[in-house]
Amino acid sequence: MGRYVARRLLQMIPVFIGTTLLIFIMVNVLPGDPVRALWGDKPPDPAQVAQIRHDRGLDLPLWQQYLHYMGGLLQGDFGKTIAGNRPVLDEITQAFPVSMRLASMAWTFELIVGITLGVLAGIRRGRFVDNTVTLFTLLVISVPIFVVGLLCQLFFGNELGWITPTVQDSENMGQLLVPAIVLGMVGLAYVARLTRTSIAENRQADYMRTAVAKGLPRQRIITRHLLRNSLIPVVTYLGTDVGTLMGGAVITEGIFNVTGVGNLLFQALARREGAVIVGVVTVLVLVYLAASLIVDLLYAVLDPRIRYA
Amino acid sequence: MRGAKSAKWVAIAGVVALTATACGGGSDSGGNSGKVDPKGIVSYANGEPQNALQPANTMEAYGSVVINSLFTGLVNYDKQGNITYENAESVTPDKDNKVWTVKLKPGWKFHNGEAVTAKSYVDAWNFAANPANGQQNSGWYRDIVGYDKVHPEKGKGTGKTMSGLKVVDDNTFTITLNSGIPYYAYKLVYAPFYPMPSAALKDPKTYGEKPVGNGPYKLKSWDHKKSIKVTAWSGYKGEKKPKNGGIDFKAYTTPQAAYNDLRSDNVDTMPLIPDSELANFKQDFGDRAIEQDFSAINTVNPAFYSKAFKDVDVKVIQGLSMAIDRDTIAKTTFAGTRESASGWVAKGVKGYKAGACGEFCKFNPKKAKQFVKDGGGIPGNKITIQYNADQPHKGWVTAVCNSITKSTGVKCTGDPTTDFQADTEIRDKKQVKAMYRSGWVLDYPFNGNFLADLYGTGVDGNKGGFSDKKFDELTKKADAAKTIDESAELYNEAEKQLVNTFPGIPLWYNKTLSAYSKNVKHVQFDQAGDPILTDIEVFKK
Repeated sequence: MGRYVARRLLQMIPVFIGTTLLIFIMVNVLPGDPVRALWGDKPPDPAQVAQIRHDRGLDLPLWQQYLHYMGGLLQGDFGKTIAGNRPVLDEITQAFPVSMRLASMAWTFELIVGITLGVLAGIRRGRFVDNTVTLFTLLVISVPIFVVGLLCQLFFGNELGWITPTVQDSENMGQLLVPAIVLGMVGLAYVARLTRTSIAENRQADYMRTAVAKGLPRQRIITRHLLRNSLIPVVTYLGTDVGTLMGGAVITEGIFNVTGVGNLLFQALARREGAVIVGVVTVLVLVYLAASLIVDLLYAVLDPRIRYA
Repeated sequence: MRGAKSAKWVAIAGVVALTATACGGGSDSGGNSGKVDPKGIVSYANGEPQNALQPANTMEAYGSVVINSLFTGLVNYDKQGNITYENAESVTPDKDNKVWTVKLKPGWKFHNGEAVTAKSYVDAWNFAANPANGQQNSGWYRDIVGYDKVHPEKGKGTGKTMSGLKVVDDNTFTITLNSGIPYYAYKLVYAPFYPMPSAALKDPKTYGEKPVGNGPYKLKSWDHKKSIKVTAWSGYKGEKKPKNGGIDFKAYTTPQAAYNDLRSDNVDTMPLIPDSELANFKQDFGDRAIEQDFSAINTVNPAFYSKAFKDVDVKVIQGLSMAIDRDTIAKTTFAGTRESASGWVAKGVKGYKAGACGEFCKFNPKKAKQFVKDGGGIPGNKITIQYNADQPHKGWVTAVCNSITKSTGVKCTGDPTTDFQADTEIRDKKQVKAMYRSGWVLDYPFNGNFLADLYGTGVDGNKGGFSDKKFDELTKKADAAKTIDESAELYNEAEKQLVNTFPGIPLWYNKTLSAYSKNVKHVQFDQAGDPILTDIEVFKK
């Protein structure tokens, strides 16, 4: 177990270097010069452009920029933004807690509601509950997230006035509730479907028949035997979804004006803020890696036959 | 002209514009008591400023609106484009318009109690002109003698102060220009010409977070990416004292989010209605919808270095211009929120005269076809119009192209670039394939700003490689005029000369489209598209 974790942690290093390098290169080959763009429609000032490029190290060759960047990163320095010359770390530490809150609310929502719906549907396969759940999840998956978001905003915000149309304070959990539900919607549908299929399949398994034959209480059969064995694909999905929820909230955060990671990333791309993009993605990669490690370790808990030597 | 207001591109790129005819303002609608609370706070949908808040380092709209609330400059202008005096008692040129003497109104103070003196201005400008201080708008001082020593195009400067700036006494200073400019006072309206207190120059970084100005409002707090709060300042000596208690500039990440909040009265006003709501904002807001003229113009410009337009006969461009059905496109694509242009100068500026473009800006498909044919046509019979796809330009570009193709048979297609950065890069590098879309918001309300700064040979704003000796001579003559009025008149002559060369095809004048919540009244925008914040009144809750 310990060796397995150590090996996994070591594997993270090349993945980490690879992704940052890729993003770094991609940001740099995008057309358009972020320094020039500071002047918008108007002609830039050559002396100032040169000054800014020099200040931010943008006049160095790409490989040197990358080495500088990685060197800084190891010391916790994420560099400075091109516009405003602010530390990127400040931007990140401002945006991540907001997204983490939003993502964890969405994640909890899809976990609880998704698994519950999935179990109900799986146990009563082909019956009314199952059909309803299938229809509902199909609907959620096929309607784009921004439609759901905008509809919620217009209906609950502008028409009914139950919520303010946008989030006024990104640190207020109550205000984040609706965006979190919208964000968790798609994941919820997948979790419900995965759970349903897996439950429906395992219900036919030999150990289930044995458990029933032993006369175990129904409650115990479902939670200890059926659910535990059926959760592996669901846990895999939920694990990787943590990362998706963090970084993939661009649309939801945009609609509800939540100043989280998705928004930060979107603005940074629009302004070609290389340091911010690479910085945010770096942290997201770490979140992904950590989440997938935890998922892999959880397998063993769920199914002791899976062992890590 | 270099610089300033540029972050305005945020606005013009997407949208619409407008000056002050005011169909907004005024109505006391809504479920309020109708009583005004002079301490009420106005919330304004803004965004996070790009840079620290130093007057000469703020070019984009989000920062400018805050800076303009904190500072009052020497002069300003009214709706007719005439200069009004603010912190200055007088700004007078010598007979050549070369040496300008500025006299300040005595007794003005900064928010921190320091007196506003001639030195506050001279020191601030010298500070900002120095490239080492990284002030983006420093190009605005280039008319002043000695600027090139402090801020050469390349390499290190040889001086720290501009020799053209002299403090005479506490309330007087002089500005000496490289050459006479009759309308120089207009330039002094802009943010880089605001004064700064001495503490700002000692610690510009702290100052950028907590700017101290001499304007109607003083900074209360800046909560990054959330809001900037300013409160009315009781020590303000200017004419336009705030009729409200302060402004809360809320940071929104999209105009759509702001619009939805505005509909629910969670924010009081916003700079521009998003394009997706143009068709219904008047219905949503009724008499709280604002539609005003805005001194900005949209054009499509030929790249005179491209294959298509290299040795083109001007008749071809005139023909293309006549092939565009401006009125119909304004009505359909823009839901009637733009107005067909009849010249190269936007409405609401000094020297604007309708009809400079004459019959060539009127839709006439028959003549259009004939002109293109007589002019020898276009190589390959094909043109493209370059635009940035990150803003809603596709619709109208397609419409313009269809109109051209239908009338003249010249095949026209849109040429999208991924975003505005990529678009400007291609323009700067002179790689436009045929034509590109362009928009210009006034720097100052004077017709010369739309002419010499865009179509003069080799000037920075001239991206199409246009050059016409006769036009250059006319603008030079206009710059040498003795008075503003005379200069505007001469610039009008220069504009008429453009008919013979057609460096750009005028399309539409913009409008400012906005709206306000049920909590406030008297919301108006000036001809640069900026809200007049001090006039807004808040209802008692």
